Amino acid sequence: MTDITDLGVAEIRDGFRGGAFSAREVAEAFNDAVAGSDALNCFIVKTPEKALEAADEADRALAAGEAKPLSGVPLGIKDLFCTKGVQSTAASHILEGFVPPYESTVSGNLLEAGAGMLGKLNMDQFAMGSSNETSYFGNVVSPWRRNDGGNTPMSPGGSSGGTSSAIAAHIVPAATGTDTGGSIRQPAAFTGICGMKPTYGRCSRYGMVAFASSLDQAGPMARSVKDCAILLEAMAGYDAKDSTSLNEPVPHWEAGLSGDLKGKKIGIPKEYRVDDMPEEIDALWKQGVEWMRDAGAEIVDVSLPHTKYALPAYYIIAPAEASANLARYDGVRYGLRETPDGANLQEMYAATRAAGFGDEVKRRIMIGTYVLSAGFYDAYFTQATKVRTLIARDFDQAWDSCDYLLTPTAPSAAFGLGDLSDDPIAMYLNDVFTVPSSLAGLPAIAVPGGLSKQGLPLGLQIIGKALDEQGVMNAGLAMEDRAGFTARAEKWW
Amino acid sequence: MVSNYRIQGATGEWEVVIGLEVHAQITSHSKLFSGASTEFGQEPNCNVSLVDAAMPGMLPVVNGECLRQAVRTGLALNAQINRWSRFDRKNYFYADLPQGYQISQLFHPIVGEGEIEVSLDEKDPEGTVKTIGIERIHVEQDAGKLMHDQHPTMSYVDLNRCGVALMEIVSRPDMASPAEAGAYVRKLRSILRYVGSCDGNMEQGSMRADVNVSVRKPGDELGTRTETKNVNSIRFIQQVVETEARRQVDLIEDGGTVVQETRLFDPDKGETRSMRSKEDAHDYRYFPDPDLLPIELSEEFVAEAKASLPELPDAKRHRYENELGLSAYNAAVLTAEAETARWFEGLAAESAKKQGKPEADVAKAAANWLISDLFGGLNKLGVDLDSSPISAAQGAELLALVADGTLSGPLAKQVFEIMLETGDDPEKIVEEKGLKQTSDTGAIEAVIADILAANSDKVEEYRGGKDKLFGFFVGQTMKAMQGKANPKVVNELLRKALG
Repeated sequence: MTDITDLGVAEIRDGFRGGAFSAREVAEAFNDAVAGSDALNCFIVKTPEKALEAADEADRALAAGEAKPLSGVPLGIKDLFCTKGVQSTAASHILEGFVPPYESTVSGNLLEAGAGMLGKLNMDQFAMGSSNETSYFGNVVSPWRRNDGGNTPMSPGGSSGGTSSAIAAHIVPAATGTDTGGSIRQPAAFTGICGMKPTYGRCSRYGMVAFASSLDQAGPMARSVKDCAILLEAMAGYDAKDSTSLNEPVPHWEAGLSGDLKGKKIGIPKEYRVDDMPEEIDALWKQGVEWMRDAGAEIVDVSLPHTKYALPAYYIIAPAEASANLARYDGVRYGLRETPDGANLQEMYAATRAAGFGDEVKRRIMIGTYVLSAGFYDAYFTQATKVRTLIARDFDQAWDSCDYLLTPTAPSAAFGLGDLSDDPIAMYLNDVFTVPSSLAGLPAIAVPGGLSKQGLPLGLQIIGKALDEQGVMNAGLAMEDRAGFTARAEKWW
Repeated sequence: MVSNYRIQGATGEWEVVIGLEVHAQITSHSKLFSGASTEFGQEPNCNVSLVDAAMPGMLPVVNGECLRQAVRTGLALNAQINRWSRFDRKNYFYADLPQGYQISQLFHPIVGEGEIEVSLDEKDPEGTVKTIGIERIHVEQDAGKLMHDQHPTMSYVDLNRCGVALMEIVSRPDMASPAEAGAYVRKLRSILRYVGSCDGNMEQGSMRADVNVSVRKPGDELGTRTETKNVNSIRFIQQVVETEARRQVDLIEDGGTVVQETRLFDPDKGETRSMRSKEDAHDYRYFPDPDLLPIELSEEFVAEAKASLPELPDAKRHRYENELGLSAYNAAVLTAEAETARWFEGLAAESAKKQGKPEADVAKAAANWLISDLFGGLNKLGVDLDSSPISAAQGAELLALVADGTLSGPLAKQVFEIMLETGDDPEKIVEEKGLKQTSDTGAIEAVIADILAANSDKVEEYRGGKDKLFGFFVGQTMKAMQGKANPKVVNELLRKALG
């Protein structure tokens, strides 16, 4: 019999419905995998009882002919999502012990669709990071290792590093991620899985701990494009509780999947050919072009002239929003409170926030506070918002000549934990290919394309027009079919 | 018109320049960005949603009714309605502000420039009118309330008010005396109450003002201003202007300089004191709130808001004068408050119906009775018009009884006093107490015959040419009739009897 943990979302769903196994068997198999994965540190909270409860309900529902779209499928939930009755911390000390009395819309939608919850996945603190080294609850370790026999612990990417590591290690079949500047796509690329950031507004932000409100977007991460489609269909939808939520019907993405790209044009943005890009990334990109052509697409060169300003603009806008979004963690109502002897209100704030936030979070709060300050606002924030408009316009103009863009997902393969942790700028450069589409609010998918010489996964990214998740996933599927990425990290944990 | 209010200083006369930022709580059932109730006077922290408490991941969703009320207010102030506006975050830390920022509008307020005409003399509402400019109205969240007296070492926070919608109505620095500032706030409050966008209850804190004051020598450039925060009565606003202007003049004349700063008013001492100077002023780091989309108002929305406006005080005052024939003073008194006008209109309508006459024919008597009799009576009872023991319908009934001759003036006064005391219908009182005026000629003639017989000397004198004695006979007759005889009938019969 196959190992259930080898299966993805579609296979579990179909096998469960076909009677190949019960939901309880599925939940138990993954609960065991989760329990045995401590070396990866993917989970902040494990909830095997929740997974079993949902599984028993799924088994009952199936017997009663009431199975739901995700009945029988257990998932991981990134700790950025508030989950009712289960500690939700955004991997921070300041929210340690915080148990929300409410459920985020996205996790609620998944549970409502019949999914079970295996636990809360580790991540970069407040989703700030690209290596999963900023979590208060420790680094997440990728299941992947270089093929040099050195056993260097590798970064799973970030901020959705717990998610990417757990999926790559087959300890969850799929999970939620969130993407502000690349936090779904870069970790997906680092761990050889798929990750989809939908159009800004597709998934409600209600109940998702805010990092940068105008950029934050939830999305699925899984081992196949199809699984991403299945999950996104359940996660997405208009939510009156989020004013930026899009009031658009949710298409049947899974049913609409097709890898045939005949008549489609794929744009190759020349500005994405950055200096110092490793040769193997460039080679994979060229390979991607061939796969797209093979799928029937026409390849065109396009220009996104303001690309080089995207990263600086992002690292102004995102911290600016974060500096306000994180003001609520003040020790007054919930979470950590530090009261040094005789402390007044200001001193309590200072002590609480000093103890409760990690260095990277503090760095971004300070950057954000600085760029919004009197005298600097126009030079930084206003300028950055103008750049953002220009970047969105670049994409709009590109759509005159193509349907999708094909780019690498990240400028390198995964790096070792600790390699970049002293160099914030080098760390920020990881987002160079993912940030522009985030600023423009466009849907984009990361799909694994192959392995580096060191045996680490490399990913390619498809970016599409607003609301064209279907097209993006179709192009992703065409690539997935041709890449035939079956490599898997050898179990060492 | 130019104010002649001057502060006498050692170096001559000084002018005061006043601008007001009025914070008016918008009348709505729920808060600006959450579904929590806005009801006043609840137990602490009963009206608090997850959004108000700024729980992680909670998002604001704008309450359209609050925007509609702001637009209606803007329209009532003849102001520019900005079809595109946006909310900004104003960042600062305080325990009554859970989000760590207030959602407000700095860059693009919903309402732009407008104006208010204020009358400076109630007795002569047309004579002394001044136009005060409105710079803008923006919509923002109120903060919670800190309670420092509940625990020896800790402060408590009540978030019931947190997130309630406020309009900040910013005037131009167009006022030049305490009286003008008072008249402006009174008129603004009146308009808000007419519109129904704010209840204007300053004692409950639903309307309060930041008072900006500077002084200058007549004709000079504007001086440096101070801002006195959260002043919560018209009397205090005027007091702030007086004391702050005096303080600034004394300071300058003693060789000092006014510093731009925020001050607080101490009503017990009747003085302002410094709260924080410009140097320690917060840098609020305003930026557009990314959780909220810009507000785009459709033409229809604005048109509907406009159509929903009631007749406003100035228009009403003119109509009372021109169509109902009221004096300027009476019209001004009756229209100053929406509640008074509403009551008066009920009274006039009922009067017209009961007397079968057009409103214009009964309005004057109704206005006089309301202003002199009812206001006087309520004043003695110490109650407001909205808790008057006499209803408009009962008032109209009383006026009808006078008009049809059932009650004489003096009788009507007696009936009114009883109504005030008991709340009974005038007809019932007339019936029970037998206060009905009589025109029964037989009864009156009998009384007259008795009086003439008992005063034959005076009858002789009258007939001998002492005309003034007629009044004596009227008085005697009325007295004998216990005031209930119809004076007109008494006069006629007396003349006949006296020949």
